[in-house]
Formats: sequence, C-alpha cells, structure tokens
Amino acid sequence: MSEWPPDCAPAGQAPSTRLPPAVRTGWVERLRRSFFDGPASSLLTLGLLWALFVTIPSLVDWAIVKAVWRAADPEACVAAQGACWAVVAEKHRVMLFGTFPYEEQWRGMLVVALIVALFVASAILRPLASRLAAMWVAGMAVVLVLMLGGVLGLKPVETHQWSGLPLTLIMFVGTIAGGIPLGVLLALGRRSSMPIIKGLCVGFIEIVRGLPLVTVLFMASLMIPLFMPSGFSFDKFLRAQLAMTLFFAAYAAEIVRGGLQAIDRGQFEAADAIGLGYRQKMTRVVLPQVARIVLPSMINEIIRAFKNTTFVGIIGLFDVLRATSAAMQDPLWVKFSIEAYLFVFLLYFVFCYAMSKYSRSIEDRLTVRH
Amino acid sequence: MGNDDVAGGEDAVRLEAVNKWYGHFHVLRDIHLAVGKGQKVVVCGPSGSGKSTMIRCINRLEEHQEGRIVVEGTEVCPDVRKIHAVRSKVGMVFQNFNLFPHLSVLDNLTLGPVLAQGMRKAEAEQRAHELLERVRIPEQARKYPGQLSGGQQQRVAIARALMLRPRVMLFDEPTSALDPEMIREVLDVMTELAEAGMTMICVTHEMGFARKVADLVVFMDAGEIIEASPPAEFFSSPRNDRTKLFLSQILH
Repeated sequence: MSEWPPDCAPAGQAPSTRLPPAVRTGWVERLRRSFFDGPASSLLTLGLLWALFVTIPSLVDWAIVKAVWRAADPEACVAAQGACWAVVAEKHRVMLFGTFPYEEQWRGMLVVALIVALFVASAILRPLASRLAAMWVAGMAVVLVLMLGGVLGLKPVETHQWSGLPLTLIMFVGTIAGGIPLGVLLALGRRSSMPIIKGLCVGFIEIVRGLPLVTVLFMASLMIPLFMPSGFSFDKFLRAQLAMTLFFAAYAAEIVRGGLQAIDRGQFEAADAIGLGYRQKMTRVVLPQVARIVLPSMINEIIRAFKNTTFVGIIGLFDVLRATSAAMQDPLWVKFSIEAYLFVFLLYFVFCYAMSKYSRSIEDRLTVRH
Repeated sequence: MGNDDVAGGEDAVRLEAVNKWYGHFHVLRDIHLAVGKGQKVVVCGPSGSGKSTMIRCINRLEEHQEGRIVVEGTEVCPDVRKIHAVRSKVGMVFQNFNLFPHLSVLDNLTLGPVLAQGMRKAEAEQRAHELLERVRIPEQARKYPGQLSGGQQQRVAIARALMLRPRVMLFDEPTSALDPEMIREVLDVMTELAEAGMTMICVTHEMGFARKVADLVVFMDAGEIIEASPPAEFFSSPRNDRTKLFLSQILH
C-alpha cells in the first residue's frame, strides 16, 4: 500500500494555473446562438416572426381592442367586430355551477376556492406526506358538507344537482385520491406470488385498459343499477366517481408496476436482510423510491384524468364543459359559444399548467437530495 | 488469531446436506459446513460455483430445497417467524452495498432496528453514531449514500448490518465492486470486526485477507465444497487439482 512504483508516484508539481479558453458572452452572442445559428435557423426565425406579425395584431384586435366586455343584451355584441366576452359575464353562473340551486351557489364558489387553496397550500407549504393527507381529508370533508348541506343550517342539495366546476374538481380529487392507492395495491398484487391475487389484479387491469372510458362510464351508469337489489338506488354521481376511479387506478397500476421493475433487486434483499416485513419493506424502502421514478408519468396521467372528467357529461352529469354547452342553448347568446368555450379552455389550461409546474418543482426538489 | 472455541458450544451456523436447484440446474450439491462461534470462514471459488447462493441461503434470501441450515440454534425454514428470528441474528453485506438511496446514512442505519425490533429512535441513533465512529465515517451521518465514495458506502453498509447486533456476519464479495484504492479501507474494517470476535462467513477473492483473518478457507466449484482447510494448509498444499488450478489463476 505504501510503496508506489516509481512511474506511478504522485507528481509533486504545483497544480496548473491555466484558465479555460475564453467564451464569448453577452446578449448579442446569446441572441445569435439562439435564433441565427446558421442559415436554416435564421430562415426559421424570420419565417416565424412573419407568421406572428400576421396573426398577433388581428388576434389582439379581435380578443381585446374590439371586444365587448359587458353588455346587457347580445345586440351590442352583434354590432361589434370583436369577441363577445360579455357572454361569459352573462352566463358565468350557469357555466360554473350548472344546475346547483341558484341561491346556494356561493357554496359552490367556496368549494372551488377551498380546493384551489388546498392545491396552492400543498405546493407552497410543502408539508410532510402525513400532514398533506390530513389537510386534504379535512378540506374534502368541509367540501362535502358544503356540497351536501343538511347540517349547520345549510339547505340539503342532492348530488344530481351537483354540477359545473365544483363537480369537475370533486370528481377529479376523488379519482386521484382513490385511484393512486388502489393503483399501488393493484401493482403490488400483480407482482404477488399468490396466483389468485395476481390473477384478479392482472384481469382487472387488462379489462379496464382494454375498454374506452366512455364504455366504463356507461357500464357504471347503466349496469350497476341492474345488479342492485330493487328499491336500493346507487347514486349516479357515486357511480361515475367509481368508474373514473377504477379507470384511473388501472393506468396508475401500470405506471407503478414500471416503477417497481426499475428498483434494483438488491434493495428488496437489503430490506429483507435487516429484518423488515413485507409492509415495512414496501412502504419505507421500495415505494418511496418508486414514487420518485414514476412522478413524471403519474402527473401526466393525473392531468389526463383531469381532462377525462369531461366524459361524465355523456352519462348526464353536468361538469363545467357540459354546463357551458347547456348555457349556450340560449338562442340569444348561441352565436357567441366560441367565446364561452374559449373561457372554459382557458380554465382547463390554467389547472393543467399549474399541475405541470407543480410536478416540475417536486421533481427538482427530489433530485437535489441525491 | 486462532479463535477455535468451537468445542465450547454448538455451531453458530451449520449446513447439513444442503441442495438447491435453479430449474434443472443443480447449484448447491450436498453442502456440509459447520462454522463455530467466533470462527471466520472465507469462501472462494470460480464465478458460478454457488458460493453466493450458499451464503444467501443462510439468511433465506434464497431457499434451499433439501437439507438443513441451522443458525444459532434456529433452523432456517419457511416459517415467517423463524426467518425473522434468523435475520435478526445475521447481518449481511452485499457486493453492491444496497444502501437505500432515498434515506440519509443515519436513517439507513436506524431503519431496521426501529422498524423490525422496535428500538427507540434516540437509542438507535446513538448506536448508529457509535458504529459510524467504528467504521471511521462519523462525519457522514447526514449525507445521502449517493454523495459517498464506494468504500465509504460499503463501510456504511457494514455499520447498517451491525446495527441489529448480529451473531453472524455474511459478506457477499464485499470488495468486488470497489475501486482498488478503496478495497483496503473496507478490509481494515472487516479485519477489526474479525479481531473483535465476530463470527464471519465471507465470500471474497481477497486472498491476503483470507491468509490473515480466516480460520478456514472453503473452496467451491460447480456447487460443491471441494476443499476446506485452514489458510496455511490451503495455500501451501492444496490437495485437489481444481483448487490448485484456481489458486494458480488467482495468485499471480
């Protein structure tokens, strides 16, 4: 150990003081590299600039300059050349809250605010997983009280009257909150050495993945009542919620399975060797590592689940998109459906983009650790 | 350092006529091995000879199909409680360290005792700091495994295995994944552990370590124990031709 062969001896020279070659910096250089790096790049830049030059002014003109923001009746919009945002102002109650009783819609507004606040709090406060769960359970309990009523002097509201943005958000949160744990269990079950459990999990996942969401919703909506004893009705909202959750769980299970496969066998063995039981091994060693691996694809699936909530319109639930299309049945305003739908698209975009940004911040935080 | 107090009590680990197959492939053939308390056994042999499989059967990371394995009076069998009992008596160190990358060094050490044995967190942390001191990396407790060198990671892994106060330590090629300059620091820790009287079964090709520490060197080939003798005898006068060939290949 102590003797070095002569030619391998560590050199006694002073460390090199040479600096790396100079790199050109500054905004002109950055601009050149980003936009005019060769003829193809320059041509593309100029082409895109031209396309923007042609489209942006007319778009701004339509959407802002000539737009009508407020109008009591649609005649003002017809006269104007621009967008009729007045339709949103006029119809926002129906678009956002649908068939929820009009005087009680403040409750719906509160529900939306509460769920958004829960998302924001989760993103900014970065609570521990256990506190995060407690926060959401408490928050969603308040949401249910607000939506159902019947206590604290709130007028009871039947679930078939739930609609609009509160319905969309509750359906979404329920789908994720139920679907991820179920998906994890299905993924673990799929890897089980017990043939019956494994068979059930594989069967469930493959059947659900083999069906379009619309079919699953129809089955939940039409077939479940057939199996129910007569006189016992199973709430339509719950049926849709169940279908959405099961559908999401099947996809989540496959994502988690992929993550489980990426965990080195040595991790399982080390956990076994230090005497951990199956549950401890999974919850403390394996699944935390899986969570890191699957986060990007899981968020992708979660965003898809958010957009999938629009499918519940097919079985007669009024989510925000369906509520908007119902609002646009009004013959006076029907000409301005585009503006109303643009507003809804913007709403969806804001939610999905926020989730995407949030997931990026979690990824960054997790990669810093190791 | 002759630590042959085998006569004093029953064996720490005993394998009797152990057989195992992967499909039709016979990986372990009639393995007999008795390791007394405090004994150090080095297992060597060409790759694929079944040496890793053998020691992995001792703490049930692999199942043997025939024969008996007894660890400190507890037979290794399918009973979950017995497996748990055996694993709490046996520490294991792996070739690729297998530290938990999402946990700090300290949490890597305390996870097992706290969860599997119900040790109090504070007590576990105190013991962890003592052991990190012993493997000479007390300053790394708050770091994550990915921030350590291979040699440091393997020393953390040894400390983790010692957390449960094992009676027997199994080493599965502990230095094979290390850069040459880090092998020494790991072997030093292992040597100290041996000198402290730990029962050790060690699969390794570090013949210098075997010469210095082992009471018994076991040579395996094709799933069989070909030869087992004290290191002086093993290296100077191997009896079997396969042993001679192996030694000529490994000792240049």
